[in-house]
Amino acid sequence: MIELSRVAKSFGKNHVLRGVNLTIPRGQSMVVIGGSGTGKSVLLKSILGLVTPDSGRITLDGADVREANRDAFLARFGMLFQGGALFDSLRVWENVAFRLMRGATKLPKDQARAIAIEKLRRVGLKPETADLFPGELSGGMQKRVGLARAIAAEPEIIFFDEPTTGLDPIMSGVINALIREIVTEMGATAMTITHDMSSVRAIADRVAMLHDGLIRWTGPVADMDQADDPYLQQFIHGRADGPIESVR
Amino acid sequence: MSVLALPASALASLGRATFNALAAIGRIAIYAALTLWHIVRPPFYRREFFTALMQVGWLSLPVVGLTAIFTGGALALQIYAGGQRFSAEAVVPQIVAIGMVRELGPVLVGLMIAARVTSSIAAEIATMKVTEQIDALTTLSTNPMKYLTVPRVLAGFLTVPLLVGVGDIIGIMGGFLVSTEQLGFNRASYIKNTVDFLQTPDVVSSLIKGAVFGFIATLIGCYYGMNSGRGAQGVGSATKNAVATASILILAANFVLTSVMFGS
Ligand SMILES: Nc1ncnc2c1ncn2[C@@H]1O[C@H](COP(=O)(O)OP(=O)(O)OP(=O)(O)O)[C@@H](O)[C@H]1O
Ligand SMILES: [Mg+2]
Repeated sequence: MIELSRVAKSFGKNHVLRGVNLTIPRGQSMVVIGGSGTGKSVLLKSILGLVTPDSGRITLDGADVREANRDAFLARFGMLFQGGALFDSLRVWENVAFRLMRGATKLPKDQARAIAIEKLRRVGLKPETADLFPGELSGGMQKRVGLARAIAAEPEIIFFDEPTTGLDPIMSGVINALIREIVTEMGATAMTITHDMSSVRAIADRVAMLHDGLIRWTGPVADMDQADDPYLQQFIHGRADGPIESVR
Repeated sequence: MSVLALPASALASLGRATFNALAAIGRIAIYAALTLWHIVRPPFYRREFFTALMQVGWLSLPVVGLTAIFTGGALALQIYAGGQRFSAEAVVPQIVAIGMVRELGPVLVGLMIAARVTSSIAAEIATMKVTEQIDALTTLSTNPMKYLTVPRVLAGFLTVPLLVGVGDIIGIMGGFLVSTEQLGFNRASYIKNTVDFLQTPDVVSSLIKGAVFGFIATLIGCYYGMNSGRGAQGVGSATKNAVATASILILAANFVLTSVMFGS
């Protein structure tokens, strides 16, 4: 279980997070929605310690993440970055197998490669892709390689930053199903950021909406449509007029 | 004009610039200490290290060789012309040797490495930073310091002295070619004069300078890359600052090393 309490983060005068309270229960799929630039990516990075919050407390299973042993802590996580963040000096399969080939549980090369190819298949990429370099792939393909890398070591907690952005509708469906499967079958805890409401409905157990540096609404996905929060309603129906300003 | 006549704002900005420079040196020193701390602790990324050896060492050879041969040749011409004024043109082999080995070899190789290697390290790491690859390394339980900085700095420290050695030899050869082909020196006695004159401390000082410059050039590239700002502009200024800082630090270190090793 991940718990955030009163987490705040500013970049200069830009107060991005202003006291976020959020609980992500173990084994559940939490989807974070919210306007562009509201700090969703910063939120994920704060949990991982890639961004240091100015104040507030983040705990994993009750222990403060800042006091955790970094290696042991990070070994429990997988992360898909919004921009893919593939290592462009390494081949696709070496990207996917990066964690498998390092550290205490290091696998032999051919075994790591076989797992990488299997993960690539799960995100809809052919084995031939394995020997290409990231620069030779399309944007959507890079995204899926990033996804394969995030799930390769079968971590217990996985963060997906916009997993279906830039994918065609069919591929989006494949990825949504994959994320759902990872949560239900492997028991992983997932936290996904998305702008795509059909993804929200396909992936989420719970939904949280980030607005103006705070969690505006959070609850089970089934309650989302009945909720009477005008911000949430404007967002999920994509209306131009409402309480959320269109210039942000 | 006295200093007092300077407008206060100019003084203030001078003060600020000095303060910023000192702060930067402090941060670089901390970064250097951290690098050394990580060098002696596992894991060690062998593949990255060999790639860095190729990049820093092997692929720099052509640049180093060309720089050295032209400089050695020009040096011989100047010493000959200068020496002629008081009939001392016979000292060309000795002065070329000492000038190349003690000063020009290390400094020129150091500056060429700053231009070639520091810039490429800074741009590469800054791009990785900007595209979140450094964050990705961290989340994959790989310390960017160990994976990116240590292999490059170690490669610089180990290969630049070799490059300096090669540069010294090629520089002396440049002087030899010009002297024997153009200035009428006898080949055998030119070589004998060079070899007799050079002493072990000359050569050792050259290699020590090379090691220090290699350390500086690669460390500064990594430092500015890791601390790059956002976007393409961030990469651009990281690269520019890295090359400028590395060049100045190499020249300053050269002065300090020369004073320590040769200043009586
Ligand atoms: N390293 C940083 N330095 C300065 N500002 C930053 C940094 N990272 C994020 N920000 C700022 O924080 C704000 C939130 O950024 P973030 O990337 O979290 O948005 P987001 O909600 O993920 O948006 P999107 O849906 O477009 O990805 C933005 O205004 C951004 O400019
Ligand atoms: Mg984002």
